[in-house]
Amino acid sequence: MKPLLEVVDLCVTYAVPLHEREVALSGVSFVVERGETLGVLGESGSGKSTLAAALLRILHANGKIERGLVTFEGEDLMQLKASALQRIRGRLIASIFQEPLIALHPAIRVGQQVENVLAAHQPASRRAVREKTLEVLRTVFATDAERIADSYPHRLSGGQRARVLIAQSIVCRPSLVIADEPTASLDSLTQLEIVALFRSLGDQYKLSMILITHNPFLLAALADRVLVLYAGRVVETGPTQDVLSSPRHPYTRDLLRCLPPIWHDGTSRKSALPVIPGDSPSPAASHQKCVFEGRCADRMEVCTAREPAAVALTNIHKVSCFKYGG
Amino acid sequence: MEPLLHVENLEKRYETGGLFGVTKKVTAFADVSFALRPQTTLALVGASGAGKSTLASCIACLETPTSGRILFEHREITGLNEKQLRAVRPRIQLVFQDPVSSLNPRLNILDIVTEPLNIHRRLSEHEKREHARELLDRVEISWEKVLRNPEELSGGQKQRVAIARALALKPKLLILDEALSALDASVQAQIANLLLDLQCSLGLTYLFITHDLKMAAHLADEIAVMQNGRIVELGAAERVFRNPAHEMTRQLVKAHSGKDLTPGLV
Repeated sequence: MKPLLEVVDLCVTYAVPLHEREVALSGVSFVVERGETLGVLGESGSGKSTLAAALLRILHANGKIERGLVTFEGEDLMQLKASALQRIRGRLIASIFQEPLIALHPAIRVGQQVENVLAAHQPASRRAVREKTLEVLRTVFATDAERIADSYPHRLSGGQRARVLIAQSIVCRPSLVIADEPTASLDSLTQLEIVALFRSLGDQYKLSMILITHNPFLLAALADRVLVLYAGRVVETGPTQDVLSSPRHPYTRDLLRCLPPIWHDGTSRKSALPVIPGDSPSPAASHQKCVFEGRCADRMEVCTAREPAAVALTNIHKVSCFKYGG
Repeated sequence: MEPLLHVENLEKRYETGGLFGVTKKVTAFADVSFALRPQTTLALVGASGAGKSTLASCIACLETPTSGRILFEHREITGLNEKQLRAVRPRIQLVFQDPVSSLNPRLNILDIVTEPLNIHRRLSEHEKREHARELLDRVEISWEKVLRNPEELSGGQKQRVAIARALALKPKLLILDEALSALDASVQAQIANLLLDLQCSLGLTYLFITHDLKMAAHLADEIAVMQNGRIVELGAAERVFRNPAHEMTRQLVKAHSGKDLTPGLV
């Protein structure tokens, strides 16, 4: 069976005044299978939010998709007319954005905001729309769904707002949900609740998801496979377990090492944590070398000669690094 | 050792509403007491809405507590007038969560780090510049960047600038209000290491506010866990993290031990 979504060689640039165009994504290829959660792990500047926006063609005005094939259920999203795309966004591919307070309209009751999504794509009587909305709200809120539906966003907690956004995204029963940092603004306890919610929704709705985050723990809990982005390049991809417990790319390895390892015995408190030297890369016009080379502890001569190609360590675990051939 | 900061039975209540004469009292926190020894770190940990940031604002003299006392360097700082506060404020400085909104986008780095000096000290341009050079050196920002605006810096560099500004008046106490939370993991580790270095070299005392219990356990000597405006557990960092007594702490440890989340990662 064909994958639900196939992305081939996606390349996105941004116009910058007085400079050459910045490359935000370059040569990004991956697939999302039906019922699968693909985790995208990346830090700021990695291009992870650009990826979410490019797939739905909602880039900022200065952004441009230079090339790339994006096939979703047999249709090329990059070639579709705006009107056809409008039928897909929100209905077949839904998105959840990072900041619930900005994503929600401050002066419309949240129940109405969920209804609006449904009414836009599946016109029905007001009553039917309202009933279906409440049904979805009841699946994301264990109690109090009716009261919350009648509330304005500012009356809700961060966790409740995140749940409203999730309800909005699943109300049309989409086949793919793109979630960009859905828990980044939440405290750790609320994050756990949202993780549990995503898990139960995954079973209930058979969701396919692209989960974009900087948080490896979130991916460990929810993703089937992980794709690691660095400076707009896919540097490593493979099953979550393999990538997180035996990372092969020097960047993935060093990133996971930076997390406070407090639960290990023998690490002393208040001691220096391992770091990746240098700063996150700023996207440059073009790279004739490995993008991680400047910060890499395993740097070799070949790393500045050209960009490494993806090497398949197993048929599902791939790494773009000269250590493995490149 | 004598505590640098002593908080006794502190309470902050707000009155909200007021429309049609109906007021509602909201208690941000109550019955908060702790002591912070010099050159140590106390982490205030808790979920959002627990009252951590309001408590920090009261200690920084940005808000007035409803009752209770705050002693800083043996001196009561609650109920001081504006003029008396001017002597205290340089000693207690803040670093906020989001360097994008806490740094003025229209000022360059030099102006940002010397702004506190303009307000509190009278220095010549040359002295100010020398001071800025030393500050930026401490936070490892190269001097060539001094004329840039914040937007030209990365997230980690911006937070370094925010720390440099907080250090400009040679404070004793730094309140770090979620100062690491908005940063990427690899940058978080860099800034955590910088904070540890600065604590050693400058003899700083930190009040570290966070919901990240792991980072708290790494950086702090003591941890206070807050829930619904009360401190529900207070103790040595190691003990609180490894052997939590209160249910709230146990939940936080669970959220952070990663055991639930990460079958393979640990």
